[in-house]
Amino acid sequence: MRKINPARLPATTLHNITKTYGRGKSATHALNSINLDIRQGEVTSILGPNGAGKTTAIKLMLGLLQPTSGEVSLFGSKPHDPVARVRTGAMMQIAGLPDTLRVEELVRLFSSYYPAPLALDRILDIAGLWEVRSRVFGKLSGGQKQRVMFALAVCGDPDLLFLDEPTVGLDIETRRSFWAQIRRFIARGKTIILTTHYLEEADALSDRIVLIDKGEVKADGTPHEIKATTSTRCVSCITSIAAQTALEHPAVQDARVNRARLEIATSEAEAVVRHLLDLDPNLRDLEIVGAGIDEAFLQLTHDEAPNHSDLVS
Amino acid sequence: MTTAEAVTTVTPQRTTRNLPRIYALESFYELLKVVRLPTFILPTLLFPAMFYLLFGVSFGSGKTFGDTGVATYLLATYGAFGVIGAALFGFGVSCAIERGQGWTLLKQASPMPVSAYFVAKLLVSVLMSAIVIGILLILGLAFGDVAWQPGTLAKMTGVLMLGVIPFNAFGVLIGLGAGPNSAPAIANIIYLPMAFVSGLWMPIQALPSFLQQVAVTMPAYHYSQLALKVLDADAGGSTIIHLAYLGVFSVICFTIAIALWKRDEGKTFG
Repeated sequence: MRKINPARLPATTLHNITKTYGRGKSATHALNSINLDIRQGEVTSILGPNGAGKTTAIKLMLGLLQPTSGEVSLFGSKPHDPVARVRTGAMMQIAGLPDTLRVEELVRLFSSYYPAPLALDRILDIAGLWEVRSRVFGKLSGGQKQRVMFALAVCGDPDLLFLDEPTVGLDIETRRSFWAQIRRFIARGKTIILTTHYLEEADALSDRIVLIDKGEVKADGTPHEIKATTSTRCVSCITSIAAQTALEHPAVQDARVNRARLEIATSEAEAVVRHLLDLDPNLRDLEIVGAGIDEAFLQLTHDEAPNHSDLVS
Repeated sequence: MTTAEAVTTVTPQRTTRNLPRIYALESFYELLKVVRLPTFILPTLLFPAMFYLLFGVSFGSGKTFGDTGVATYLLATYGAFGVIGAALFGFGVSCAIERGQGWTLLKQASPMPVSAYFVAKLLVSVLMSAIVIGILLILGLAFGDVAWQPGTLAKMTGVLMLGVIPFNAFGVLIGLGAGPNSAPAIANIIYLPMAFVSGLWMPIQALPSFLQQVAVTMPAYHYSQLALKVLDADAGGSTIIHLAYLGVFSVICFTIAIALWKRDEGKTFG
C-alpha cells in the first residue's frame, strides 16, 4: 500500500465549483467558480453573510446538491459514495426530528448507519444527554434538541464533521457549553467544517477561517491573519470633545458618544490621539483597542469602509 | 489505532455496515414513531372500524345489497377504505411532514441507504393495513352477518392487501409532492370524496349515474371492485381491466415520485 502523509490529503475539495439555482433571468449564482481544500485535522470555519453560499458549499460536500459545474470530492470519492459517507457526520439546519422518538432511540438508529459507531453511553456522554436519554424529542428544550442533533452527527465517530450553524438561536451560556463539546471532539484529531453567524464562535474554535461572500472566497487564513487584514482601531476616552468636532479630523471614520465615552473608529490611531489631546488636555481613560474579527468581517464583506456604529452594535 | 492510521487505512471493512440491522431498526423505529402518535393511529385504525360498526353491522343488520348481506359487502369496501387510509396518511403524510422537518434531509446526508427509509414506511403500512383488515374481520364475524369459509377469508385478505402497492405509490407521490402543512389536507380532500364516489361507503349502483361514470376513473373503484369480486358482488367489470388500471396507476405514481425525489435535491439553498 502506498504510504501517503494523511495530513496532506484534503478531507474534501471543491474544485472550480459553480452552483446556480434556477434558469434564465431568475438564475441565482450561489457559488461562482470557487476552489476550496479542507485539510484533515483542522477546524475550518466558513463565514459569510446570509445567502453567501455557505450552506450550498456544505450541501455540495455532503452530496446533497449537484454542482452546476466543477468537481466535488470527499475523501477522494464522489460525495454520495457510501465509502466516503460513512466517514462523515453532519449537523444541518433543520427544524426537528420525529417528536415521538426518545433520545437514545434516535442515537441508536443513526449509529446503525455506520460501520464502527461509538458506544451509546459514550455518545450520550459527549453530547451531554445523560439526563434526558429516555425523553422523547418533542419534550426537549431548544438547547437539548441541538445536542441531540450533535449526537447524531458524531455517533458514527466520523473523520469529518459538518456543523452547519450549530449554535444558532442558543443563549450565550448554552452556546459556550456547546463549544466545550465541539472541542472534546476536536481533541480526537478530527476534521471539522463549521459554518456560523457568530464570528466569536469561528474565532474561538477554528484553525482556519474561509470567508465567502456573494459566492466567492473573499479571505482565507487563520483567525489571526483574518483579523490582521483590517487596520481599523477603536479609540475611546472620557472627554469634553463632541462627536461632531471629532468627526472634523480627516482620519476619523466615525465618532459617537456611548455612555459618556467618546468612541472613534480610525485607521490612524496615533494621529487621532494626538489631535484629541491637543483639543482637550484633560482627556482621561484613554483606550485603543485593535480590531476584532467583527471589524475584519465587516471590512471584507463591505466595499465601503465599515461604519463605526455597526462595529459597536 | 491512532488517528493517522485510521486515516490511511481506508480498507473495505470500514464501509461494511450491517445492512439487515439498518433495515430492521429503521422499520422498528418507524413503527414505534407511528404507534406513539395517537393523531395517526386513531383515525387510521378506528375510523374504518367505527364506520363499519355503524353502517355495516348496526344499520345494516338483516339488510342486503342485492344478494349480499350489508355487513358482508361493506367488510370488503371498508377494508379497502382502511388500506387506502393507512397508505395515504401513514406513508404519504408522514413523508411530507418529515421532509418539512428536515429529518429526511439529515437522513439523505447520512450513510443510510435511501431504500431503508422507504422499505420501513412500506412495512409499517403493510402492518397497519393488516391490522385494519383484522379488526374489520373480527367485527364482521362476531357481530355481523359475515359467514365466510376460510378460503373466502384468505382470498379477501389477500386481495385487500394488494392495495398496499398502488396506494402507497400514491402516498409517496403526495408525500414528495405536497408541502408538510398542506399534505394532510390534500390527502383528506382526495381520500374522502374518492372513497364516496368509488362506492366504498355504499354500493356503486346506488350512486347517481354521472357519479358512476366518474368512479370508473378512480383507483379506489377498481381496487374495491376486485375485493367485491371475491363475493360475486361487483359491478361486473373485467378483472384484467381493474388490475391493469391499478398497475399503470402504480407505475405512473412511482415514476413521478422518483422525479420529485430528485427535484428535492436542488430545492433548498442558503
